Amino acid sequence: MDDIIQDFLMETAENLLQLDVDLVALEQDHNNTELLGNIFRTIHTIKGTCGFIGLPRLEKVAHHGENVLDKFRNGDLDVTPDAITAILHCIDTIKEIMAYLEENGEEPEGDDTEVLAELNRFMDEDLKKTGKSDSKDDAEEAKLPCQEDEAPVQTEETEAAVAEEDPFAFTPTPAPGAVFNEAPAEVEVSQGLEEPIPKVEPKEAEGKEDVAPAHKTELKKKPIKSEKGSSLATQNIRVNVELLENLVTSVSELVLARNQLLQISRDSENDEFKVPLQRLNHITSELQEGLMQTRMQPVGAAWSQLPRIVRDLSQDLKKEIDLEMIGADTELDRQVIEVIKDPLMHMVRNSADHGLEGPQERLDAGKARKGKIILKAYHAGGHVVIEISDNGRGLNKERIKEKILTNALVTPEQLESFSDTQIYNFIFAAGFSTAAKVTNVSGRGVGMDVVKSNIEKIGGSVEVTSTPGEGSLFTVKIPLTLAIVSALIIRSGAQRFAIPQVSITELVQASEESEHTVEYVNSHPVLRLRNQLLPLVILSDVLGISEPKKSQPALESANEQEQETSRDKGENKSIDCGSSSENIGDDQFIIVAQVGSGQFGIIVDEVYDTEEIVVKPVSPLLRSAKLFAGNTILGDGSVVMILDPKSISDKVGEMHASSQELLQNEKKIDSPDERRMRFLLFKAGDNAPKAVPLALIVRLEEINANDIEMSNGSHVLQYRDRLMPLISVQGFLEFEPDVQKSVLVFQQGHEYVGLVVDEIIDVVEDKLDIKMNTSTGGSYGSMVIAKQTTDLLDIDYFIQQICPNWHSMLDDEMTGRSQENGTHDMTVCFIDHCTLYRNLIAPLLELQNIRSLTFEAGESALAYLEEHTMKVDAFILDKDSLGKDPEAFLKSYKKVFSHVPCFIVGAHFKAEDEVLFNKYECIACLAKSDRDSIITTIRDYLEQARNVAA
Amino acid sequence: MNIVEAQKEVWNENESAAGVTTTLDNQLLTFYLDKQIFGIPVKYIKDIFRSTEITKVPLAPSEVAGVVNLRGHIVTAIDLRHKLCIAPPKDALQSTMNIAVDVGEEMYSFIVDKVADVALFSKKDFEANPTTLDEKLKELSMGIYKLEGKLLIVLDVKKIINCAEKQ
Repeated sequence: MDDIIQDFLMETAENLLQLDVDLVALEQDHNNTELLGNIFRTIHTIKGTCGFIGLPRLEKVAHHGENVLDKFRNGDLDVTPDAITAILHCIDTIKEIMAYLEENGEEPEGDDTEVLAELNRFMDEDLKKTGKSDSKDDAEEAKLPCQEDEAPVQTEETEAAVAEEDPFAFTPTPAPGAVFNEAPAEVEVSQGLEEPIPKVEPKEAEGKEDVAPAHKTELKKKPIKSEKGSSLATQNIRVNVELLENLVTSVSELVLARNQLLQISRDSENDEFKVPLQRLNHITSELQEGLMQTRMQPVGAAWSQLPRIVRDLSQDLKKEIDLEMIGADTELDRQVIEVIKDPLMHMVRNSADHGLEGPQERLDAGKARKGKIILKAYHAGGHVVIEISDNGRGLNKERIKEKILTNALVTPEQLESFSDTQIYNFIFAAGFSTAAKVTNVSGRGVGMDVVKSNIEKIGGSVEVTSTPGEGSLFTVKIPLTLAIVSALIIRSGAQRFAIPQVSITELVQASEESEHTVEYVNSHPVLRLRNQLLPLVILSDVLGISEPKKSQPALESANEQEQETSRDKGENKSIDCGSSSENIGDDQFIIVAQVGSGQFGIIVDEVYDTEEIVVKPVSPLLRSAKLFAGNTILGDGSVVMILDPKSISDKVGEMHASSQELLQNEKKIDSPDERRMRFLLFKAGDNAPKAVPLALIVRLEEINANDIEMSNGSHVLQYRDRLMPLISVQGFLEFEPDVQKSVLVFQQGHEYVGLVVDEIIDVVEDKLDIKMNTSTGGSYGSMVIAKQTTDLLDIDYFIQQICPNWHSMLDDEMTGRSQENGTHDMTVCFIDHCTLYRNLIAPLLELQNIRSLTFEAGESALAYLEEHTMKVDAFILDKDSLGKDPEAFLKSYKKVFSHVPCFIVGAHFKAEDEVLFNKYECIACLAKSDRDSIITTIRDYLEQARNVAA
Repeated sequence: MNIVEAQKEVWNENESAAGVTTTLDNQLLTFYLDKQIFGIPVKYIKDIFRSTEITKVPLAPSEVAGVVNLRGHIVTAIDLRHKLCIAPPKDALQSTMNIAVDVGEEMYSFIVDKVADVALFSKKDFEANPTTLDEKLKELSMGIYKLEGKLLIVLDVKKIINCAEKQ
C-alpha cells in the first residue's frame, strides 16, 4: 500500500503545482475552457484516487472543490476572485493533508469544515438546477448526484488513456498515471478497457454503460486532446534523481580519468594512443554535456509558484499587480533552481510589498493603476541572468542612508563618497530593513542578506539598481554549471592552487616597463590598471606560506627606480626602497579577480594553465580554513585546493576597505578636507622623516660626494651645463669624500637648486593634514605620514638661505614676480587660500610659460589688479576661497573682468555651486586634485580663444 | 612480540583461570605510534596504504597534515602523533603508514608509524582507562586492553575526527 501512496503523493504534488498556475491563469482568462477542463480533470483524478486508496478526508475536500469547478464548467457559476480563492484554499488544504500523509503514512485527524463551508457557499447558490442534495454529507452520497457529471469526464480520461501506449511508464499530465496499476476486484472496469479507471462504485458502473454511445461523440468532440496526450506521453520519462546523481558522479570521474590520460599523452611520444584518445576525449565531452542537459530544468520551474503568490499578495495588500515572466524556458541546473526558488520568491514579495504602490497612489503619481513585476531570464556569457524588476516607487535612498548610519555600518564620510548604486546595495547587509512596519510578508530584515548569501553560495551574485519613483531592478547572475569548472592553476610559494575561471577578469604581469605597475598607497600595494587602482593581495601572505625569495640588491634597484622617477616626476612608478614589501618585485603575476561589483588583484608566483576540474567539496575538517571553495584532483593525480576569491577578499577585508576608500578618492573628487598629495619622504640630518610635495621636485639624483665643488663660498654641482647650488636641511654640508648622496632637484625657469639628503625613503600619497604648525622657518609643520610624524619642509626657506637671489616661485602674499628673462605668453590670476596649493599650481603654470599671479583671497586679488591695472587672461578660482559671500565676489569680479574667463577649481561641487557658477558664466568646474588637467584645460581654452581672436 | 601471540597468551590465561571460553568479538587493527600500541575497531577501516604525496592545506588545523589522493577520492590526512600530543619522531624522514577510516560521510586517514596486525579481543577484557593515563590520551581513548607487558589503547575514531572538526 505504501508504494501506491508514495506514487500518489509524488504525482499529485506535481499536479497541484500545475493547478496553482492554471487557476491563476483562469482568473485572468475566465472563459478558457481548456484550462478549466485541465483543472477539473486534475481535481477529479485526485478525488478518485483518494477514494480508491482509502483517504476519505482528502477525497471529501477534493470532491467539494470538484463540485465548484463543475459549476464553472457548466456556466452555472462565474469565475470570480472569491470563487478562485476558495478553490485555492481547497488546494492548500489538500497540500497540508498530503504533507502530513507523507510524514506519517496516514491522514491527520480532524475535518475541514471551514474550507468545505467556503466551497459550499458557491454550491448553495444554485442547487435547484440539478436537484441534488446538499453535499455537506459524506462523500458517498455526494457521489451519486454527480454521477452524470462524472461519466463524460471519465470518458475523456479513458480516451486519453486509450491513446497512451503504456500508462505505467509515461506520465502525461494530468491524465491518470501509474498509480492505478492494479485493478482490484471491486473496481469495475468499464467497457472492457484494460486501463484502470478512478474509483468506481457499482452504481456508477451502470452509468458507465450509458456512456458507451456518448464515448463516440466525445471522441469526435475532442480528438485534439488525445493526440496531445499521446505525443506528450512519449517525450518524457520519470527517472529517479538519485540515479541521475550517480550518473553525474561517474561521468565526473570519467572526465578526471580522461584528463589524466590526456596529460600523459601530451607528455609521451607514443603516437599509437593519440588517435583513440582523441576519440575518447570527444566522446567524453559529449557525454558530459549530454548528462549536464539532463540536470537542466527550465527556470520556469522555479517560477511556477510565483503567479499564485503574487495573486495572493495582491489580494492581501489590496494592490493590483501584474506578473510577467519572460524567458521561462531558459535552462538551469536543477540544483541551482532549488536554491534560487526561495530567494526569487523573497525578492518578488519585496517588490510587491515595498516596491509597488497601491492603485490610488499610482494614479496620483501618473502611473497606470496596475503595478507590474517583470521576471526575465536569459543566458549571457556562461551565466544565467535573472532580472526582477518592478515599476514601483524604487528604493528610498535617504532612508537607506539613515539606516546605514543608524546601524553604523560605515562612517559618514565614507557614506558621502558612495555612489547611489553602492548605497542601494546596502540593502543586502544583515539586519537591514527600512520598512517602517513589519508585515507578515516582509520587513523583518532577515530577508535580503539571506538571499544574497544563498545566491553567493552557488557562485552567483545579486545586485540592485533603482530609480526613485520609477522602480527597481534586481539582477541575479548564476554560473551555468556547478560541478565541472574551468580553473586557472597557479603557484604560490611551493604549492599549486586553482582559481575558478569565472572569478577571473584578467591576468596581468606588472613590471617597470609595462603600463601596469604596482604602486603604494599608505604602504599598501595597489595595481594601476588602465587608470584604475586596484587593491592588491599577496597570496602567499594570506595563506601564511613562505616563498622562496629572490634577493634584490636594494640599492641598485633603488637607483634605477630613482632615475626613472626623476624622469617622470615620480608619477606612475614605484620606488621600492625595501620599506613595505620586498615581496613585490618585478614581473609579478597578478590575477585580477571580480568579487561582486568590485575588483582586486591577487599576486601569485607563477601561472600555469587552465584546466577543467571537478570540484569536490572540502572535508568538514578543513572548513575552518575559509579560503577554499573545494579541492580537486588534477590530471597528474595531485590534489590541489581551489581558492575562493571572495573569501580572500573578505579575509583581507580591512585592507580592502581602506584601499577602497582610496580608490574612491582617486576616482572621485577629493572632499575639501582631504587634499591628497604625493610626498617624497626622506631623511636628512637626523632620523626623523621629512617630506616635500613631490610635484615640486624635478628630479632625484645620486651624486658622488667627490663631484661637489665650491664656488663663491657655497657648494655647487655641475649639472646639465649649469652650476647647481646645493643646500641642505642642516644648513651646512658635510660629507665624507667618495660617498653617494641623494639630491632632490628643484627648478625654476632654467635654474636648478639641489637639496642634499641622507636617504630617500619612499613616495607616499596622503592627505595634506598639518597637525602641528611649527613656527620655525623651514617647515610648514608636522604631518603624520605612514604612521610616522613627518616634517613638511618649506623648501623656499632653505633655498633662500643659500641663494638670496633665487627667484622664489613660492609666494606668500600678493607678489607675483615674473621672470624677467622668460617669455610669458599668458597671465593668469590664481586665487586660493591654501599656500601649498598656490605653491603647487604656480610652478606648473610657469613651466607652461604662463605667468601666474597668486593671491590668497578674492578681494585682495581684485584690489591689487585694479590698483596695478594688470592684464589678466584668465582667472583660476578655488571654490572655497571666494570668501564669505561667493556671489558678491563673482559679481564684482564680473563687473571688472567680464570678458575674462574664469575657471573654478574645487574638491567637491554641489548642485547649488554649479548653478551659481553657471550664472556668472564661469567656465569648467575642475577637480582640484588633477592639476595636470587643470593646466591643460586652461591652456587649451586660452589657445582657442586666442586663435579665434586672431 | 607479535600482537597475535600476545593475544593468545591473554586468552589462555583467562581461559585457564575462569575455565570459560571467551568469545573474540572485538576486532581491532593495531598500530604503533612511537612504541605505544593502539587499536581501532576494524569496522571503520577502509584502507591501509603507504604514505604518498600529501598536499598541505594552508590555514588548516594543526593536526591536519593535508589532503591525499586515494584512488580518486580526496582524503583528509590527520597526523595522529600530533593529535595525541606525542612528540614528532626524531627521524623526520622515517616512513609512515596511512589508515583510511570512514565515519559515514567523509573519508579520513590517520598517519601512523607502523601498522601491526588485526587482532581479536574479547569485549569482556575491555577495561576502562587507567587513571595514570596521559590526559590527552584519556580524552580520545575508549579504553584499554591488557597485553603481556603492555597496554593497548583503543582509540575513539569518531572523537578524533569530530574533535578536530569542531576546531
